[in-house]
Parts: sequence; C-alpha cells; structure tokens
Amino acid sequence: MSSERPNGLFRNIPAKVAAIPMIITALVVFMGGSLWTMAYSLTKSKLLPKWKFVGLDQYERLWSTKRWVVSIENLFIYGVCMLIASFVIGFILAALMDQKIRFENTFRTIILYPFALSFIVTGLVWQWILNPEFGIQSIIRGLGFTSFEFDPLYNADIAIYGILIAGLWQGTGLIMVLMLAGLRGIDQEIWKAAKVDGIPTWKTYLFIVIPMMRPVFITTLVLVAASIVKVYDLIVAQTGGGPGISTEMPAKYVYDYMFGGQNLGQGFAASTMMLLAVLVVVIPWAYLEFGGKKRG
Amino acid sequence: MKTLRTLFVATTALCATTAAFAADLEVTHWWTSGGEAAAVGELAKAFDARTDHHWVDGAIAGSGSTARPIMISRITGGDPMAATQFNHGRQAEELVEAGLMRDLTDIAEAGKWREVINPPSLLDACTVDGKVYCAPLNIHSWQWLWLSHKAYADAGVPVPTNWDEFVAAAPALEAAGIVPMAMGKQGWQQSGAFNVMMISLLPKEIFLQVYGDKDADVAAGADVARIFKAAADARAMASNSNVQDWNQATNLVITGKAGGQIMGDWAQGEFQVAEMTAGEDYTCLPGLGVNRTLQAGGDAFYFPVLKDAETTAAQGELAALLLDPEVQVAFNLKKGSLPVRGDVDLAAANDCMKKGLDILATGDAIPDFNQLVSSDTRVQIEDLFVEFFADASMTPEAAQERFAAIIADAD
Amino acid sequence: MADTAVHPAASSEPRGPKPRKKLSRNNIIIYGTLLVVAFYYLLPLYVMVVTSLKGMPEIRLGNIFSPPVEITFEPWVKAWSQACTGLNCDGLSRGFWNSIRITVPSVIVSIVIASVNGYALANWKFKGADAFFTILIFGAFIPYQVMLYPIVIMLREIGLYGTLWGLVIVHTIFGMPILTLLFRNYFTSLPEELFKAARVDGAGFWRIYFQIMLPMSLPIFVVAMILQVTGIWNDFLFGVVYTKPDLYPMTVQLNNIVNSVQGVKEYNVNMAATLLTGLVPLVIYFVSGKLFVRGIAAGAVKG
Repeated sequence: MSSERPNGLFRNIPAKVAAIPMIITALVVFMGGSLWTMAYSLTKSKLLPKWKFVGLDQYERLWSTKRWVVSIENLFIYGVCMLIASFVIGFILAALMDQKIRFENTFRTIILYPFALSFIVTGLVWQWILNPEFGIQSIIRGLGFTSFEFDPLYNADIAIYGILIAGLWQGTGLIMVLMLAGLRGIDQEIWKAAKVDGIPTWKTYLFIVIPMMRPVFITTLVLVAASIVKVYDLIVAQTGGGPGISTEMPAKYVYDYMFGGQNLGQGFAASTMMLLAVLVVVIPWAYLEFGGKKRG
Repeated sequence: MKTLRTLFVATTALCATTAAFAADLEVTHWWTSGGEAAAVGELAKAFDARTDHHWVDGAIAGSGSTARPIMISRITGGDPMAATQFNHGRQAEELVEAGLMRDLTDIAEAGKWREVINPPSLLDACTVDGKVYCAPLNIHSWQWLWLSHKAYADAGVPVPTNWDEFVAAAPALEAAGIVPMAMGKQGWQQSGAFNVMMISLLPKEIFLQVYGDKDADVAAGADVARIFKAAADARAMASNSNVQDWNQATNLVITGKAGGQIMGDWAQGEFQVAEMTAGEDYTCLPGLGVNRTLQAGGDAFYFPVLKDAETTAAQGELAALLLDPEVQVAFNLKKGSLPVRGDVDLAAANDCMKKGLDILATGDAIPDFNQLVSSDTRVQIEDLFVEFFADASMTPEAAQERFAAIIADAD
Repeated sequence: MADTAVHPAASSEPRGPKPRKKLSRNNIIIYGTLLVVAFYYLLPLYVMVVTSLKGMPEIRLGNIFSPPVEITFEPWVKAWSQACTGLNCDGLSRGFWNSIRITVPSVIVSIVIASVNGYALANWKFKGADAFFTILIFGAFIPYQVMLYPIVIMLREIGLYGTLWGLVIVHTIFGMPILTLLFRNYFTSLPEELFKAARVDGAGFWRIYFQIMLPMSLPIFVVAMILQVTGIWNDFLFGVVYTKPDLYPMTVQLNNIVNSVQGVKEYNVNMAATLLTGLVPLVIYFVSGKLFVRGIAAGAVKG
C-alpha cells in the first residue's frame, strides 16, 4: 500500500475528504459515547444521566451480583463454542458451495434465510422444537426410543447449549456467505498451480487458501465476536434468561438495569466492563495489525 | 403522485379551515392486547367525540424494557408525545424533577381530584412537592388467589377458602395428577407472589416497614422468615408448572390442570374470555383469604411539557376527560380494573370486582409496591426470586439473607 | 483461457476451484452433506409455515410437526391487514412503505460511505488512519442500547431528531464499523499490482475506485447489502426511538403483533407476520445471489 511521505498533511486530499464521515463517527460517536458512558458509570444516575459522583460504588455492586458473574461465565461458554462452531461450519459450507454445485443459489438462500427472520419468533420456534413434550424428544420417543432425553431448555446445566443451537442456525449463513466471497476472491491460477504440483485438495485449503483469506477471516471474526458480545434478543426470545438465571448474558444485564431497573449508573458500569474487555482484545490486535511492520 | 399531493394539500387546508383549534394529540401506551386495546378505544372515542381534538394512537407492545426507553428518548429528545402512559409510582419522578412534565394542578383542582380519587394514595403518587403531575386512570391490585373448581372436584377435596387450606390440599391434587399451583417462570410473577404472601399472611405494618421504611432488620426477622417458608411451599407446589407467561398459568387454572394461581386482578379478564362464572367455575380469594387488605396500584397518564399552546390546551382537556365518571366506567369495565373514583356506579361489575370495591370502600388499601420502591430495587428482588424459584436447593434462609441485603441497600 | 476445454460453459456458470474429475463418490458426499444441512435449516421454517396455515384450535393440540388438517390463509390476511396495533387495525401493511423509505436510503448511504472508507484505508493510507480504524472496530462491540441516549442528544443538537435523515445517519453510523472492515479487508486482498498500474497511468482516487475497485468487488457488495438490508429492515429499536409514529417501520407492528404481553397468543398470526416481514430480505438474498459470480478477480488480473 502507498505509505505516507514526509509532507503527509497535503497528500491524499481526496482520501482524507472521503474519510471525514468515518473520522467524525470514530471520534464523536464511538470515542465520545464510550467516554461519556465510562464517566457516568461513576455516578448514581437513575432514569436520566445526572452527575452525582459515587466513585466505584456501581462496580462494587456489579461484581458482588451473582447474576452478573453468571452472565460472564455464560458469555464465555457461549462465545468460545459459537466462535469455533460457526467458523468451522461456515467455512465447510462455503467450501462445499464453491464446488461448482448445482442449485448453488437455492442452497445458499436456504442456509442464509434464518438471518432474515426476527429473533422474537426464531426464539419461539426453537423453544417449541426443543420442548420435550412436543418437540424433537417426543418425536424420537414416538419412534420407540422411549428413554431418549433431549430437553436443553429445561435443564439449567445445558440450557446455554440450547441457545447455541438456535444461534448457530441464525448466524452461520452470513459467515458462509462471507467466506464464500473470500473464496471467490482467490485467483484461479492458485488452484491450477496447486493441481499441477499435485497438492491434495485439503492441503491446498489448509496451507494456501486459508492463509490467503486472512483478511476475510478477520472480518468474520470481528463480526461474530461483536454479535456474541451483544447477544440479547435471542436470549430474551428463547429463554428469558432461564431456567433461573442459567442463560443470562451481560448485554441483557445492561439492558435490564438501564431501562427495566432505571439504574443507568449500574447499566453503564456493566457496559464499561464489557467495553474494557473488548479493549483488551482490540488494542493488541491493532498493534499487531498496524504497529510492528509496515507492509507494501 | 402529483394528484396525491394535491389531494393531501387540499385535505390539510380543509382541516385547517373547519376546525381552527383542533389538535392531533399523540398518545403513547403499551396496551396492545385485545381487552386493553378495547379499553384504550373507549378513551379515544370519548376524546374524539367530546372535544374538537383528535387522538393519534402510538401503541408500543411490551411494557417496561421496550416501551420505556422509547418514551424517555422522545421526551428528552425535545420532541415529546402529548401524553404517555406510565405506571404511577416512582418511575417518572426524575422526569418531573427535570421539568419535562406538565404541572396539572389547575386541572386537578378544577376537577376536585383530591376529593374524588379513592384511595388517596393514588393521587399522592402523582404529586411531587404539592403539585399534581399525572392523571390516575385505574386501580389494579395483586392480592388475589384464583382457584379452579374443576381441579378440586377432580381431586375430591373441597375448594380451599384460605392459603393454609390451599397448601394442605396440595398432596391430594398431586395424587390426582394436577399441579397444585400454577406460576409463570418470570421474575415479576414470582416476586409478585412473594409480596402478596407478605401482605396477606402478615400484618400490613410489616410490609410497610420492609418496603416503605426499608428496614433491613425487619426484612431479616422472624416474621419475614415465615413468608420465605411459605414461598418455599409455593416453590414445591409449582415445581411442575412448566409455563412462562402469566396468562398461560391462568389457563392451567381455567382448564383445571392446576389448582390455583396467585395473580393480580387482571387475571379476571382471562376467566371472562373463557366464559366462566365467579363462584361457580372458579373462586377468587382477595388477600389469599386471610387479610382483607389490597394494594392499590395502577396506570396513570403523564403529559410532557409542549411548546405549542394549542396542543397544550388540548392536553388539559384530555387530562380532565380521563377522570370523567362516564369515561372511568367505560374504560375500567373493558380493562377489568377498578375505577379511581369512589363515587361512580359500577353496577355491571362482576362478583370479584365487587369484592375488591368493597375492600377499597372500607379503606383498607395500602400503597403499591411500585410507589414504595425504586425500579432498581424491584429488578434486584425479581432477580432473586427467579433464582429462588428455579433452584430447589436454595434454602429460604439463604434467600432471606440476600433479600435483607437488597433492602438494606434500597433507596 | 486455458481451461475452457475442462469447463465448456465457464463463461456464465460459476467455475470450480480447480479442474476436478466428476467422481460420483465426491458428489454424494457434497450433496449428502448439503441435504442434511438444508434439513437442519429448513426444519424451523417448516414449523413456521405449517403453524401459520393452521387455525388456533389445531395449534392447541400441540403437534408442531403435523401438517395442517385444514389449510387456512386467515392468519396471513390478519397479519398483513387486520392485526391491531393499539387502535390501528391494519396489520403490517401500515409500516411497509415506511420500512422501504427507511431501508433504501440507509442501505445506499451506509454502503457508499463504508466502501469509500474501506478503499481509502486499504489503498490510500494517511496518517492516523489506523487509529481511527481501530476506534471504529472497537465501536462494533458497543451495545446499541448504551448509545441510545447520547445519540438522542447528538441528533437533537444537529436538529435531525425525529426525521428520516436522522435515522439514516444512525443506521450509517452503526453499520460503519463492520462494513468498513469488510471493504477494507476485501480491497486489501485484491492484487496490489492493479492499483499500482492504475496509479502509474495517472488515475486518481475516484477514478480508481469506480473503474477498478467497484467492478472487482461484486461479491463483497452483495455481502454488505445482505448485511445492511437485513439489519435495517429488521431494526426495531432505532426506528422507534429516533422517529415518530408516521415514520414507524413495519417492525413496530411486528413487535406489537408478536410481543403483546397479555391476552391469548395467536401463534399462527405471529408466524405469518414473521414470514411476511422476512420476505423482503429473502427476495434480496435470492436475487442478489446471481452477483456471486466467481472468477471476477482472476478475469480482471488478466484484463
């Protein structure tokens, strides 16, 4: 890429002009908004943001609340499973789509369509399908396997995996499409060269194609990670956080306390914790991506 | 497109000439179910018919977390609706303090609200520093136990007349394959049932000490410990009640699959829709058949401060209209709630509503939970009971300890 | 091209990743997997469609997988034109045009801005660009709800609160992190020689964007479109917080239909309403899929 020259300020004028909306968004909305949130997390704002400073009281309360701790644990389990499963499934599906198959458009739409449906009803339908009395369990028992048990949403220990099933159903389509776009950006010549050299298909994918798709993988990673951190609607629709508090998530905690509990300070403290956790990941990434080396 | 625009201009011009002072009032609320919408329809009909103005409906389903941020954003964004529903109590306090809500004192005085509104605590909840900021609309109370005659007939035991009999009858129901107690698995239902037990099974002073004075010692004391034991009983009785929503739970009672349910008077509407008769098909026990005390809570309308003088005048007309005796009757019959005026005739009310009116008339009403504690404390308590009712290994003692800690921190 | 012998119809059909003999065993694995996967994805759709065609008495029987005994389109009619939102009983149809009025400009503006951002970041790095970009990525993780009130204040200050363009700006802002990342990374992965050659030819910022980058990036524009159309079409929170009732999108009615707290839940109408709301994005997916043609990049390299 064209790295900047000494008289940087007046070079690339059109690029800088074009980037003005981005700069304003980054500085005013995201930076400004985050700092504002952090500042008000030190107050006891209730319904409206008010500057009544209370120090770290909100954080003390946050970390002594069992629901928040459970939420963090759940986010961790859900996040790890979701990341791994959606990447693996998404990539395999994209690779299958890329095999010059017939009805590609149909298959792609089938896998992608859940992305278009509202979470409220998605949650409801999965609630039905996973319901032991009239969902999958009853069907399989009806086939003669009377001891078959599958009731993820009614068992506090595994309810989070019930959410995962629905989350994957909803989200993998988009990942598949992203990966497919990445695969389609790979030069045909690469495949031909690999073929000429006699490299097996799986090795070509693993050692040549996947490394070339690094940018797409990063996009996907951010997309998936952001949707994991923000997961809210799915929980509300499918379990409401239950049974008990076994499927609570941080974003739900934020929302419930900000608007249900009318305790903005507590909601801001919880979201500040979420933002700090994100920073811990984003800053090293940015350093690796931009800091060490100058490419091009 | 062009003709459409001409038409549009023409109609606006027409409206402007025929009714010079007609204002469109946007009213937001979260009453979207069948009965609720019909009740709102009564308000809109009366408003359109009796004034020159027009009711513009802004319904948003889903109370609390869905509707509230929208309303608050609109109000703080400087582009408010003309009127909005809020649960009265402490929810709108800050909007009032920030000067965003209109002072209705003159209208309240003209309408003699202080004299006609019963119980007076409803108007107190609207009053900040001696000024009235909201118009109470109806009364809902929580303290009701709904019992299915069919369930008890099937189990071969008489229909209970109080809480103790209800608990004692549970084994017989279980033996007959009936769930003794129906309860939805949502925090507000579970903490609601707990509060009902506290009011109904203990002297009402204790409830007021815990939630009114935020006395953590009382909350940790022996009386409240009894209520936690009762809640543990309820947890055992409701362990097979596998439903989420309150009306699904009510439906278990209606169909005789469950013995009873603790739920507010809005459950009445479900029995009505199922065409059941109070006293024959089901029984309602106010105060769980123990204490004849009701908590009077309900809905109220708030009126944000508007810049436009004409719309402001129309706001005033709406506020006055809400307390009109005829409107009160028409609205509350559809809504299944009680009117806020003690002086209206509710001849069409059914058995259970009359029991409720009776108790209110004798003056044994205490302020609603929402008027005593902040939403923040309410959500914390709901979280506690969601956990308690889902996890049979949580002892009443452990739950009470956490409860007392929440009360100690409450404001 | 050298491979025309292997792919006789290569010009319009998607072309395979590599010349491959038609092994039927391979095909069985591929199609077998896809059919199993399709089953998993279609099962909930089946339940929704079947439920939406049943009457309420049949739904209460509780067998969610059984086909309707008596097919009724009543729920669909009700969801579209009769279901009540408070006092307005005209179903989803009420907000349909508003949704279009919101979605079209929001999608266009957000994609245009983000693609230019991505292009500037990938090919015209200026000082500080990385820092802004990092903040932007960070922004992708901020829960929307936290930003509700600050944005109310910002829109109020610039006088756009409650207007269509205010909402378009909000959608552009919240779509920007992911979309910019998407475009930046895609443009980065394109062969750099193309850009350099164009620079040598004297082409400027906009000319390279329109003549070289755009034609090579159809798949990623499709992904961006899918992302934005779905996100904006299904958005409820922003639509309702930043506009007024006469601009409320269809999702407000959808929410009111499926999210009513009290009364009997009409599952069949809920399902029909969801499917109806999802139709527009679905059509976009299917139609835009045609743009997913392989080999654009390769073709352009050889020019």
